[in-house]
Amino acid sequence: MSMMFAPRLTEAAAPTTHAAPTWSPYDNNGGTCVAIAGEDYCVIAADTRMSTGFSILTRNYSKIHQITDKSVLASSGFQADIRALQKNLDARHQIYQHQHSKQMSCPAMAQLLSNTLYYKRFFPYYAFNVLGGLDSEGKGCVYTYDAVGSYERSGYSSQGTGMQLIMPVLDNQLKSASPLVLPLRQSTTPLSEVEAVDLVKDTFASAAERDIYTGDGVEIVIVNRDGIRHELMDLKRD
Amino acid sequence: MFRNQYDNDVTTWSPQGRLHQVEYAMEAVKQGSATVGLKNSDTYAILLALKRSTSELSAHQKKIIPLDSHVGMSIAGLTADARILSRYMRNECTNEHYAHDQPLPINRLVTRMGLKMQTSTQRYDRRPYGVGLLIAGFDSKGPHVYQTCPSANYFDCKAMSIGARSQSARTYLEKNLDKFANCTLNELVRHGLLALRECLPNDMELNSKNVSLAIVGKDHPFTVYDDQKVEQFLALITEAERKGKSSGPSEQDRVMETEP
Repeated sequence: MSMMFAPRLTEAAAPTTHAAPTWSPYDNNGGTCVAIAGEDYCVIAADTRMSTGFSILTRNYSKIHQITDKSVLASSGFQADIRALQKNLDARHQIYQHQHSKQMSCPAMAQLLSNTLYYKRFFPYYAFNVLGGLDSEGKGCVYTYDAVGSYERSGYSSQGTGMQLIMPVLDNQLKSASPLVLPLRQSTTPLSEVEAVDLVKDTFASAAERDIYTGDGVEIVIVNRDGIRHELMDLKRD
Repeated sequence: MFRNQYDNDVTTWSPQGRLHQVEYAMEAVKQGSATVGLKNSDTYAILLALKRSTSELSAHQKKIIPLDSHVGMSIAGLTADARILSRYMRNECTNEHYAHDQPLPINRLVTRMGLKMQTSTQRYDRRPYGVGLLIAGFDSKGPHVYQTCPSANYFDCKAMSIGARSQSARTYLEKNLDKFANCTLNELVRHGLLALRECLPNDMELNSKNVSLAIVGKDHPFTVYDDQKVEQFLALITEAERKGKSSGPSEQDRVMETEP
């Protein structure tokens, strides 16, 4: 008798299952981004290869976008979403400048980026971001994000297809002693600007060896008190 | 202007075919302090404004509002209304960059303004915007100075002045109109200052506290110069020229004065 009242799990009543989708709104254009924060500089770098599947779309695409005089955004993932995200942040920054008569600081931009990403929590920007720049005191800062806006300030970071190859190398070279050690170490690396740039070049060259989606070239942007500088280095094209 | 039975709301025509509410709104512009706009033929458009302060304790009211790096405006009339309009215009400019990756051409900006302002002259629940604007900008067609009115009319101008006592400035601008096309930036500023000083009330002179200047042009994003920064431009006119015509010495006295 009690069976009559139990829910019957027929096809109609069962939770609907989707057929395998024929079309995805997302694509992964590959690539890797890195950023390192120094005492008075920040290095932001990304490879210049744009791919889809196993094909290369172009060897010469910039994943780096300067939003303010002191903030630079590097993003890997789905470049169409990334471009839309960049434009969104630019428009928001224009409005901020009209209202405050000054540019946004890097920590403020970091928070804005997080909010912007979470705003699309249920149809996310397929973007893996690293935001680098100088904070209001002129010290280097790096913020690293997931696709929906969870973020953290740190001394260095990498995102993208080569992240798993690069992050352990950065940890090895840059990670300060355990946070349990007192006094608390700063979240910037003691490396000089030139040493940091060389480290970035080395890590990309290594990542390009084994990650098929990383290669062709690496674009390096250095932000310091004198302004913003660009460097370009070739990588293996295979 | 006298009160009559057709001026209670903006949706009532008078028998002469006038909308009195709109005309009364234009009076509000004449209450605001003067502002002048002029341009040369190909490189610069400038705005100058006389800032007023309600008391010695408070700062002078801002008159010039940047809208985008290629365009800005100066206001005469209800500042609060101007702020709403500036928010709308800034939004339009930002959207143009987002959607079309280009600066909004000035004539399109002004057209949108006209359309927005017109709605409040044809609704029973709204009133006209009580502010006149001088919009100065630089785009692919060169420098522009536009004037807008509470009536939602807008005019492309070679030079213009609006606000209190602005007729004197317009007279100066009309007299010197043919010179402006070939002026350098400094010559333009000088003409602008000389026009502006015609609008001074008694016993006042142009100084860095009450003059606001904005310049936009080729390779020159819209920049406002106030306080200290406007001193370098005030130096383009002499001490005597800073005084208004009503408070300075008469024409004959000026001729007699010998400036070294």
